Amino acid sequence: MGYRTDRQRVEGLGSAKDGTTDWWQMRISAVALLVLVPLFVFPLARGLGADYDAVRAIYQNPFNAIVAILFFITILAHLRHGLQEVIMDYVPGKAMLTFALLTNTMLTTLIGVIGVFSVAKIAFGG
Amino acid sequence: MVEFTLPKNSRMKAGKIWPRPEGKDVRAVKIYRFDPDSGENPRVDTYYIDLADCGPMVLDALIKIKTEIDPTLSFRRSCREGICGSCAMNIDGINTLACLYGLDEMKGDVKIYPLPHMPVVKDLIPDLTHFYAQHASIMPWLETKTNRPAKEWRQSIEDRKKLDGLYECVMCASCSTSCPSYWWNGDRYLGPAALLHAYRWIIDSRDEATGERLDELEDPFKLYRCHTILNCTRTCPKGLNPAKAIAELKLMMVARKV
Repeated sequence: MGYRTDRQRVEGLGSAKDGTTDWWQMRISAVALLVLVPLFVFPLARGLGADYDAVRAIYQNPFNAIVAILFFITILAHLRHGLQEVIMDYVPGKAMLTFALLTNTMLTTLIGVIGVFSVAKIAFGG
Repeated sequence: MVEFTLPKNSRMKAGKIWPRPEGKDVRAVKIYRFDPDSGENPRVDTYYIDLADCGPMVLDALIKIKTEIDPTLSFRRSCREGICGSCAMNIDGINTLACLYGLDEMKGDVKIYPLPHMPVVKDLIPDLTHFYAQHASIMPWLETKTNRPAKEWRQSIEDRKKLDGLYECVMCASCSTSCPSYWWNGDRYLGPAALLHAYRWIIDSRDEATGERLDELEDPFKLYRCHTILNCTRTCPKGLNPAKAIAELKLMMVARKV
């Protein structure tokens, strides 16, 4: 603590002049998901229990494939922002916080890319 | 930092039970006691007061206990009418002003604790140093760049109306200390009270530092720890709405971007 004043402790390193983009993007992705979730779930439900070729046929339809790719990108971006808030709220210490935020970004990006790649593989794989 | 259990030296122990007086309407009042000089853990003492012989508010009960039963009981109070904001404490599970909370508003024992998750100076007195420094950091005064007018900074009736529901804040800290985000990240998150005051100056039609004020607030921790759970609005003893002020700040942040 030393002889730092209370005001000095409050000022800290000053404002990051950031945070609005994350907050706003999360609202946008939430609204987009209101549309994308039903559009993604209906074709998915049709494929449940169906055989391999039927499922491939569903995602070879360009509309279904594009919706599925948009869905993966949007929901993983939304998940990343959501988890980032939870991590910032609850993870203590600069080192742990930085590690958790990095892990969050990498894992959500990885899952998103796997999702997009899987749909593309079905859509384009002859 | 998030803490779900109390540190060892903060765990509460059973306290002293004071004698019960004769009377028709005797109520038990359980009060958090902590004396830093004793080196002991905090405890909860039980006092009994006859409501027939006591004023109607929780503060009246506290003053009665201090005057007639136990002069060592410590708490802040001054105006006893909800203007000074000194007697904020956790009563019956809600952060409020003891002078505005009626003893008839709750059933059973009266339970009184200091404001949650703040360092305790003694008994019901929390250390609000950091809270006040945060308030000072949002520059709670009129900032102008135009030359000072000969008479006064003028404001229309409509513009003055925008400050209603904001200027009434008495800085009692009930809202900030009811906010989990403030509990976990109070070192960096400004909390509802300071943000409400920041908004009060940002929408003041006479203030000329709006951009700088928004710049200072735009921070993942200072502002964006608010997740709109509305504890602040629910608990405010003055009936104000800090959550709405924070939401307006966020909208302004977006408005200057898009």
